Amino acid sequence: MKNVSALVAGMLFGAGLVIAGMTNPAKVLAFLTLGAGWDATLIFVLGAAVIVAATGYALVGRRASPLFDDEFHAPASTVIDARLIGGAALFGVGWGLSGFCPGPAIVGALTLDIRAVVFLIAFVVGVLAYERLLAPPVATRVDG
Amino acid sequence: MISAVIGGSLIGLAAVWLYLSLGRIAGISGIAANALKANAWPLMFVVGLGAGGWLAYALTGGRPQVSLDENQALWLIAAGIIVGIGTRLGSGCTSGHGVCGVSRLSRRSIVATLVFLGVGMLVATTVAGVLS
Repeated sequence: MKNVSALVAGMLFGAGLVIAGMTNPAKVLAFLTLGAGWDATLIFVLGAAVIVAATGYALVGRRASPLFDDEFHAPASTVIDARLIGGAALFGVGWGLSGFCPGPAIVGALTLDIRAVVFLIAFVVGVLAYERLLAPPVATRVDG
Repeated sequence: MISAVIGGSLIGLAAVWLYLSLGRIAGISGIAANALKANAWPLMFVVGLGAGGWLAYALTGGRPQVSLDENQALWLIAAGIIVGIGTRLGSGCTSGHGVCGVSRLSRRSIVATLVFLGVGMLVATTVAGVLS
């Protein structure tokens, strides 16, 4: 059931990204580029997603455990450090250069958008480079 | 506008379902990194992303026709490597920090989201200004 549940979650997420227009990097760049012609619609994407997720998380949080696992795995760290800020800043640079973030890049690549294919291959190279060169010991790693 | 709200709601619903069913946060950069290690559920999530994308394109009138020249490709390669390193270093991206973390009122995620939104806007606006 874990795999089916993850497949369903991925499908909802992928469909949502396409319907929201997030898989079109020109639309994302039109949101990130301030000035004349600014496209504010992505605020509604993020706003709707946050309202639904915040409501759902609050309801699910009343449960003792998830449906198909023994415990919840939400990250517990509250540390705001140079890795968090530096990583977010680097991500912002790449996002602002391309209009692609990981979710839309995966959806785009799997629906054969050549731009997303190129971006995603480079993304994987970046992830592997991080794992080889920059990753902290496994015990201290925190995923958000 | 309507499609933005529908699309965003589906993204939120996906995040809630993954938390209800598996107790996991729908952070795509982290899930992608685990899919690369051949972990089962993250791989299935990634397969779902593609399937959901095809389904949505089928329902909304087909995929866009896109092309790519050499300069664009080099640009995307640079951006992709930077996003790969940055999202792992910062433990998340638009989904994990921006949607899930902000919804959980995680201070880390709120800070990260403000940083990548601010930097993303600065870079995109600067590039647009230079190229125009």
